[in-house]
Amino acid sequence: MHARADAPSEHAASWPEEIFAILQRFDVRQVPYVPDAGHSELIERVLGSSSMRGIALTTEEEGVALLAGAWAGGQRGVLLMQSSGVGNCVNMLSLTQIFRLPFLTLVTMRGEWGEFNPWQVPMGSSTEAVFELSGIKVLRASHPEEVREVVEAAAGQAYNACTPTAVLLSQRLIGAKVFTK
Amino acid sequence: MSKANLLDRRSVVGSLLADRKDAIAVGGLGASTYDIAAAGDHDRNFYLWGAMGGAVMIGLGIALAQPKTPVIVITGDGEMLMGIGSLATVGLQKPANLTIVVLDNEAYGETGGQASHTAGVADLVGIARSCGIANSQAMTTMAEVEAFAPDLQDVSAGPRFASVKIDGANLERVLSSRDGTFIVNRIRGALGFKPI
Repeated sequence: MHARADAPSEHAASWPEEIFAILQRFDVRQVPYVPDAGHSELIERVLGSSSMRGIALTTEEEGVALLAGAWAGGQRGVLLMQSSGVGNCVNMLSLTQIFRLPFLTLVTMRGEWGEFNPWQVPMGSSTEAVFELSGIKVLRASHPEEVREVVEAAAGQAYNACTPTAVLLSQRLIGAKVFTK
Repeated sequence: MSKANLLDRRSVVGSLLADRKDAIAVGGLGASTYDIAAAGDHDRNFYLWGAMGGAVMIGLGIALAQPKTPVIVITGDGEMLMGIGSLATVGLQKPANLTIVVLDNEAYGETGGQASHTAGVADLVGIARSCGIANSQAMTTMAEVEAFAPDLQDVSAGPRFASVKIDGANLERVLSSRDGTFIVNRIRGALGFKPI
């Protein structure tokens, strides 16, 4: 069993719900994802939506290529993944520069803030640098009350200015994964 | 391993695209992009010069965005193998307007002809079918390719997958544009989208 500690509960609208509303407002249509517990509420909202299509991937780099195709076909998308998936994307992230792609990804962080699993730490520690080396702007949200403005800013610059942008959703925000026997 | 009666890749692609109408063609990194260029430059050609393993997913993104437009991905066995999981993703989404054609020479032709996994063990048609793409077939004759070409226009019966065994000849490169923003914006323009 996995459970989450410190799950945010007191906020008026949950932050995943706020993200969903922003994606709706920006007319996001394709939502490729590799599941992560931190994204589970947002993924459920997307899969239940009539305007968005949730697209399960076998590996995160598929999502980068998918969003390039979506852009060519006239639709906006957002890639949902966890920090370990960022490493799987590296070569495919070239497309964000090659196409001047309005690329947005929302990344739930592991390997920080009370992490239990050492295997998550190396990739979690290099996630931000990997994005920056790949020419992608990085914004971060660590508290529930800042998620909305950070994701709004990210979506704005990604879609309006074709500036590839990643939002890191801190483990502090999501809550460290608790491992029990 | 040499086999008799393998097909010429340019003839295969020329036949698939001869009456393409509004179809969007995505060419995988390497010789497949040259083959699409050799068949004639077109506003709806999506040439890839990198992103190995991404051709099918780019095709899926376009196909989902433009469900009434035929989308054909033409790629090689090495490029397909690198993105092999994308066949399962396509099988799950079942885009009815998407066709995937692998030109299978069982080798990495761009890098010296090293054997690919299809020369030994990998059965791409079997993989595609077991990923949920029921309409998956192997083609060995031009007659089969010519009979298949009109099916690409049917945007209600996909996804389709075909593996065509081709000969290993390294043909003269036909170089397309390699400017990504030009290529994508030209497709967007052909679909009626204005620049930002």
